[in-house]
This record gives sequence, C-alpha cells and structure tokens, in this order.
Amino acid sequence: MTKSQQETQPLPRVKEPAGVVVSRRGALIWLLPAGIIVIAFLIAPAIWTLVLGLTNYRLTGIEAKEPQFVGLENFENALTDPAFINSIWVTILFVLGSAVFGQAVLGFIIAWSIRNLAPRVRSSIELLVILAWIIPSSVVTFLWIALLNGQEGTLNTILGIDTEWLLRYPLLSIIVFNIWRGTAFSMLLSSAALASLPPSYLQTAKLAGASNWQQLRDVVLPSIKGYLITNLLLITLWTFNDFTPFLITGGGPGGKTETVPVFIYQEALRFLELGYGSAIAAIALAINFVIAMFYLRSSRRNAAR
Amino acid sequence: MSMTTQTRTRLRDNHTVRAFVARVFFVFFIVALVTFFVVPMLWLFTAPFDSTPTLAVGIPDWTLDNFREMVENPFALPSIVNSFILSGGTVLIVLLAGAPAAYVLSRARFRGRDTTLYILLLFSSIVTGSAAMVPLFFIALQLGLIDTYHGTIVILAGGLLPASIFILKDFTDTIPRSYEESARVFGANSFQMLRDVVAPVIRPGLAVIAVWAFVNVWSNFLLPFILLRTPSKSPAAVVMYSFYTEGGQAVIRVIAAFSIVYTIPVLLAYLFVNRRYGFRFYGGIKG
Repeated sequence: MTKSQQETQPLPRVKEPAGVVVSRRGALIWLLPAGIIVIAFLIAPAIWTLVLGLTNYRLTGIEAKEPQFVGLENFENALTDPAFINSIWVTILFVLGSAVFGQAVLGFIIAWSIRNLAPRVRSSIELLVILAWIIPSSVVTFLWIALLNGQEGTLNTILGIDTEWLLRYPLLSIIVFNIWRGTAFSMLLSSAALASLPPSYLQTAKLAGASNWQQLRDVVLPSIKGYLITNLLLITLWTFNDFTPFLITGGGPGGKTETVPVFIYQEALRFLELGYGSAIAAIALAINFVIAMFYLRSSRRNAAR
Repeated sequence: MSMTTQTRTRLRDNHTVRAFVARVFFVFFIVALVTFFVVPMLWLFTAPFDSTPTLAVGIPDWTLDNFREMVENPFALPSIVNSFILSGGTVLIVLLAGAPAAYVLSRARFRGRDTTLYILLLFSSIVTGSAAMVPLFFIALQLGLIDTYHGTIVILAGGLLPASIFILKDFTDTIPRSYEESARVFGANSFQMLRDVVAPVIRPGLAVIAVWAFVNVWSNFLLPFILLRTPSKSPAAVVMYSFYTEGGQAVIRVIAAFSIVYTIPVLLAYLFVNRRYGFRFYGGIKG
C-alpha cells in the first residue's frame, strides 16, 4: 500500500487486493459508459478545436469540403483583430467589475454582516440572494430588461427619470446585473468559511481589545484566505465563460458588451467562420486552463490543511 | 481621580455615539441590500397576475387571464414539455453512467485512478460554458446530432458527468464498506451488485445529483440554443428568449405568465433540496 492509500483508509480491516469489490476488468466496464461520454463530448471536442483552429475550415464553400492547414494564421488574425481585442477588454472589465470587486466583495460583506443576526432574518436575506441566483437565466435577463427599460422600466419609475440604461451605460448595466445574479455563491462560500473559524480566535482577539475592523483584518481574513482565493478563481472562471449578458444586450450597442463568449458565438456560429471561431475558442480554452490550474492548486492546498 | 472619571464618561459617550452610528449604518445597509435584490424580482411575482401587465412593476388585480392566453400560445406549453424531455433524459444518463463510475472510483484501487480523477476535474473546468460552445457544436455537426434530442441530451450529460461523479464519489466515500463485503462473500454478479449494493449505498447522492442535473439543464440556454434549430423543439429557456426578442410588446401577457410557470420547477427543486439537505449544500454544487 502506498502512503496516500493509507491516509484514505485509516482502518484496513481486511488485507485488500487490487480491487475491493470489483476486479480490474470489472472496474473498467463500470467506468466505460461515463468514460465514453466524457471523452467523446468533453475531451475530444476540446482537442479537436485546437486542431481546427489551425485550418481555414468553414461551413460552406470550398473550404468546407477540404479545409487547408493554415498554421497559426487564425491565431495571428485573432490577436490583431480589433473586435477581438475589444472583446478581451470588455471581458476583463466585466470579470473584474462583476466577479472580483462585485460578487466576491459583496458576498463576503453580506456573510460577515448577517452572521450574528437572528436565524430567521438571516435565512430570509440569504433566500433573497439565492433566489436571484437560481431563477433560470432567460427569465432573470428579461426581468432586468424590464427593470432598465427607458420608457416604463421600474428603475426609471422609482427615480422619476427616463434614462435608457442599456444604451447609455451598457457595460455598467450588465456588471450590476451580474453582481445581482451571482453574489449568492460568494456569500455561501464566505459564510461557510466564517463558520469554519474556531470561535476562540475571535474571542481572543476581542479580549485583546481588537475592534471589529481589526478582528476582520488581523484574524478573520488571514485565516480564511484560502477559501477566498478558491472563490475568486471559481467565479472568475464562470464569469469569463458566462453567456448570459448576451441575452440582455446581444453584445451591443456597438460591441460595448461584446464579451469573449459573445464574440465567439458571433464569429463561429452566426458567421460560421469555424476555423477562425475555433482559434478564438482555443484561446478561451487556454485561458480557462490557466485559471483551472490555479484553482486546482489552491483547492488542493485548502484540502491539505 | 476626577480626571479619570471624566475621561471614562467621555469615552463611554463616545462609544455609545459610535455604536449608534454603526447601528444606523448597518440598518441602512441591510435595507439597501434587500431593496437591491428584491426590486428586480418583483415583476416575476406581480405581472403574471395583472390584467394589463407592463414592463413596470404594478399592483396586480389577481387575474389568471394571462395564463389562459399562455396556454393558447403554440410554443409556450410544448416548450415546457421539451424542457422536461431534455432535463429528464439528461438526468437519466447522468445517473446511469455516473453512479457506477463514481462507485468504482470510490471503492476500487487501480493504477491511474488518481490521474483519471485529476483529468476529469481539469477538463470539466476547462471545457465549460461558452468556451465549450464551438467544440460541442463541431462534434454535434460531425456526428449528425444537430437538431436532435438524443444528441443534445448526451452532450449536456457530458458536461455534467464529471461534477456528478465527484459529488457521488464524495457520498460513497463516507459510507462504510460492510455492505459490499457481505455481497462479495455471497458472490453477487455485477448487475446484482449495481442494483442491490451500489444503488442503496449512494441513494442520497443520487437524489441530489438528479435534482442538480435537472435544474441545470432546465435553466440551460446556450446549448439548446445552438444545437436545436427547429423552433418547435426548443425548450422553455430558448422560447422565453425568442418571446422577448422576436415577439415584441404584444406578447407581454404571455411572457409574464410563462416566466413564472417556467420558474416554478426550479423553486420546487430548491425547496426540496433545502428541506432535505440544507441549501448550503445546494450552494456548493450549483454552477
């Protein structure tokens, strides 16, 4: 037995052979259905996208029959395409604004400030935040279109003005929308992290005369740093891949809300430039890969503690 | 002596003033927070019951006329049925393929097990959301799966299987092995094992995965949007979108009624999970 196996089975009652209840062949058979689906519909398509990104494949015309190998041309085109560069900037602003500074900060503030409220009040507030998160996306996007509508939207009715929010502040609108939409996850993760803190930590700090803010800065944040980083990486990954803004603004006006996912959709699936589209998709997959590696490393570090 | 008392009183006063300001600030924050989360949602619960719904939130006059109009719409109810087909089919595949795999990965020791798990986790994080759209469209195109339910279902299942396997594996890891040991002693075959040993052992996990996968597919817009081309095959998520992008103002009554009908299964699923497992758990697995 190797060391890691001993750790997962602290009390080996019987001396175990290669398999506990199934033989090696049995194990393979049981893995097969899931394995085939995951390989065929998750792993292979991703690798194939990389390959197609190197061709001039299109859905119609001569290139559809015999796609030519064009090397890194598609990737060069992407990195010099002003529309793609624009979508990268829009995505960075969207991720920073709505996930990193929006959801993560608001989620933690909510978890921190309601932690000592009466359980019923606390769970009602949590319920509201969670509702915004679980209502299907095509419903919440319509709710926000209605809220922000220029003539009769609820927001303008309350404020007594007639601003066309989605035309005048398109990016800000989808950032605020996404904060509303996704804060629940950060809130739940933050309150789980806060609950994992031994109460004695805070009592000691309080006895030492630390203010709320000092407790937060010197005791709480350092001890749950690992969770918060995991949270940041996860919501960055999700927000980077989020297609929901498309349902509100369609990428407009004038590309102002055209995030990378929307750009990929336009190029690959609307204009059917599949070679170019897969090159951009490959770039997006590579960015996901980098975030995922950081995530796996940080969650492993959390688990080790 | 008097100096100290004075300082103390001043300090105490200062303290109460600060506590009061903090209190006011706190209440203000909670009110703002609740307003921010409630206002956008109000329409969903008022407009369906309003005889003349507009985009603005109004006080409803509690009529069900909008629902009558929705029932007459040729796309509304059929799309709910389509959503059930997609969600149900995906749940079935995820459970049938995910349960044995999770069981084996939890119980059996074989070479490459940890690598398998790592690759699963890595690829499910990478091939996600919109970055997966082009690859999945390709594979569907190549295999002739565009505009078919079975194609869409198996592709949806592929995306959900890794996370399902992980959650099921976690469940199985917590369950003692005595069950299986006796089954092995009695010489059960694979199918009997699956039915009589594996299924009961991971049943709570199966329920959670079923609800989670169901809600996930029920709300999924992107994949059905790009894979199903015939409007009559579209699930509710896509039909909802086409209502407000192509339907215009005329169908706002249908949109209002349809929004709530389409949302209710998700709310029920949430209540179910919340009651049985607590929503913290639900929180951990959404996404």
